[in-house]
Amino acid sequence: MRLAQFPSRNGPFTVYGNGRSYGDVCLTGDATLLKTRHLDRFIAFDPDTGVLECQAGVTLQEVLDLTVSQGWFLAVTPGTRFATVGGAIANDVHGKNHHSAGSFGHHVISLELVRSDGEILTCSLEENPLWFQATLGGLGLTGLIASVRLQLLAIESPWMRVVSQRFANLSEFWELNKSMEANWPYTVAWVDCLAKGANLGRGVYYAAKHLDAHSFQSSESLTPKPLSREKTLTFPLDSPISLVNNLSLRAFNSLYFRKPVEPLGGFAHYVPYFYPLDAIRHWNRIYGRKGFYQYQCVLPPQTSVDGINAMLQAISKSGQGSFLAVLKTFGERPAAGMLSFPRPGATLALDFPNREGHTQSLFETLDSIVHEAGGALYPAKDARMPAELFRQAFPAWEQFAHYIDPQLTSNFWKRITT
Amino acid sequence: MNVLNKVMIIGVTSSIAEHTARQLVGKGASLYCVARNAEKLDSIVKDLNVRAPNSNIIGAVMDIRDSQGHMKLLDDAINALGGLDAILVAHGTLPIQKDCESSWETTLVEIDTNALSVLSLLTLVGNYFEQQRRGVIAVISSVAGDRGRQSNYVYGAAKGMVSLFMQGLRNRLFKSGVSVVNIKPGFVDTPMTVGFEKTGPLWAQPDSVASGIVKAMEKGKGDVYLPWFWAVVMFVIRHIPDAIFKRLSL
Ligand SMILES: Cc1cc2nc3c(=O)[nH]c(=O)nc-3n(C[C@H](O)[C@H](O)[C@H](O)COP(=O)(O)OP(=O)(O)OC[C@H]3O[C@@H](n4cnc5c(N)ncnc54)[C@H](O)[C@@H]3O)c2cc1C
Ligand SMILES: NC(=O)c1ccc[n+]([C@@H]2O[C@H](COP(=O)([O-])OP(=O)(O)OC[C@H]3O[C@@H](n4cnc5c(N)ncnc54)[C@H](OP(=O)(O)O)[C@@H]3O)[C@@H](O)[C@H]2O)c1
Repeated sequence: MRLAQFPSRNGPFTVYGNGRSYGDVCLTGDATLLKTRHLDRFIAFDPDTGVLECQAGVTLQEVLDLTVSQGWFLAVTPGTRFATVGGAIANDVHGKNHHSAGSFGHHVISLELVRSDGEILTCSLEENPLWFQATLGGLGLTGLIASVRLQLLAIESPWMRVVSQRFANLSEFWELNKSMEANWPYTVAWVDCLAKGANLGRGVYYAAKHLDAHSFQSSESLTPKPLSREKTLTFPLDSPISLVNNLSLRAFNSLYFRKPVEPLGGFAHYVPYFYPLDAIRHWNRIYGRKGFYQYQCVLPPQTSVDGINAMLQAISKSGQGSFLAVLKTFGERPAAGMLSFPRPGATLALDFPNREGHTQSLFETLDSIVHEAGGALYPAKDARMPAELFRQAFPAWEQFAHYIDPQLTSNFWKRITT
Repeated sequence: MNVLNKVMIIGVTSSIAEHTARQLVGKGASLYCVARNAEKLDSIVKDLNVRAPNSNIIGAVMDIRDSQGHMKLLDDAINALGGLDAILVAHGTLPIQKDCESSWETTLVEIDTNALSVLSLLTLVGNYFEQQRRGVIAVISSVAGDRGRQSNYVYGAAKGMVSLFMQGLRNRLFKSGVSVVNIKPGFVDTPMTVGFEKTGPLWAQPDSVASGIVKAMEKGKGDVYLPWFWAVVMFVIRHIPDAIFKRLSL
């Protein structure tokens, strides 16, 4: 059935978008999956105001395919365009512009929530506001998000202007971050996790903005370059061993670090700029059969300087560096949802090849730093956080529980509430 | 290349047809969309309007088994679009074979939906295109029409009737420059096949089948298996001697 409704038989059910979460928020043990990808119709788009109404199974890519040529972009986008609009809401995802634009939920004008008893709730800041807040970042537990009205962002070209700058250590990062955030809507830094001592926290800082029409027209080399699905690379097989072992990582990280950093004024099309990993389908396979873990936390402003420092020290000491270590600060805007992950502070995201015992004990060390710093882990990227840590970091979880649909559950929710 | 600017789609609420409609409006076509479920039709027309704000997209509600209404339907489409380049007939139902075995009424309804309603439409539109001396008639039949099998021979017989009818029509309209395209999909992941275990390489997605349909209509192909490997599979199935075939549980 293409119009959104629950199956007539009894649950439990777990809502599934496009499965782009790393952990188990969209997985289930004994529940039936409700797949939403088929809810992929647009309902209305006004190119004068940038308000888009669509069903929740529409992917971010499908939104962009429709709107970019008409001068509108997602106000917030995560690092994959294969996420669905419903999934982006359920995890209240963030992008490189959190400091300037907040999270995905901040740009949702309203949504239609279908409950398993057949009730349909229209939710917005004005109408059913508590249901709205419970559903933004609500991990797919408050009901099936059927359709959504989004406010998009006006752009003048599909291109980005990108600048980058190295920093030698963490204190340089904090300084650079202050000045960059004041001037650029998109910022993010890559950190070399293997660097030690005086080099601890060295990395490259990237800032970007949408290119304005004037610069776009005056640059002849820029022609629209949509990267089609066929042109993306596929990682065909699981590699038998993790390619991200210590050696290849060292090579990768130092290569990355030495990669000539362009001075002011590089250009990038929005696809490779926002979605570098989408270009390599099944990129996670390079980690081998055992897979990998993501670890993403946010630490509040008061504790983030010391906390990030302590985490990088622990990682560097363990020698279990990460392929992607991303550091960014979130802005001051209050969270959109009851269980939203983004909140003021600094967020660090890493991934680790699964080396069982080693990896687990490092995680325990990192957990205790996050715990002491009063921080939080990101449910969308988690397959293992301890229940106490979740409850400390998401104090609204008990209030939230009132809004859970009795027919919905997920492995994640069972794990952190029992 | 056949022009596909003004296209009538019967059963546009079919998942395969909806994806075909999206691709056609993506190429600038105007559409006359027919379906029996008004609510679903409305949401599809809205979606197509968002995707192609400059195209003319019209919805019409009709149960296509009402063949008395076909002449008017065709006239309305031609008037609304200002002519007609092509028709895609996509509606269909997959009966439960056992129900057909125990009820002639059920069998008749299935034959009506999957075959007779199609032949009625093709009779009218065939004459129209013959006079116009061009046009594309595309129907989604099925690989199931290639040989009768115990698991679904009522559906297969209806699809097979459509296939034979189209062979003759193609033969008749060749000299008038009209393309008669018979689309034979294998297993497609659509609402028609809910309840089937949809894993394995034989299952195709509706959007890829839709691309095949648009290409076949543009090129004016004859019989088209989608995806292509079904041509090989069905060649083998058709050539198994009956002495063996009748013993198989297919
Ligand atoms: C390469 C990559 C980069 C990423 N970068 C970022 C990033 O920068 N920032 C960030 O925040 N995240 C990021 N993510 C995570 C990703 O954006 C989120 O996990 C997102 O929620 C995935 O959406 P999905 O549609 O695949 O949903 P799924 O993963 O299938 O489901 C996610 C949650 O949404 C719920 N859900 C889905 N659809 C609905 C619906 N219609 N109604 C109710 N609930 C629903 C599910 O129940 C589940 O709880 C990244 C992921 C990848 C793979
Ligand atoms: N899926 C497969 O594996 C497969 C394989 C081979 C061939 N096919 C053929 O492909 C075509 C499209 O099917 P699909 O797979 O896209 O399935 P689908 O989504 O179930 O589409 C079938 C559509 O036909 C419509 N329909 C049925 N009877 C009708 C009537 N009397 N009047 C008007 N509309 C009617 C249905 O409308 P309602 O929604 O209102 O019921 C439905 O939208 C069918 O002809 C089917 O036989 C499918």
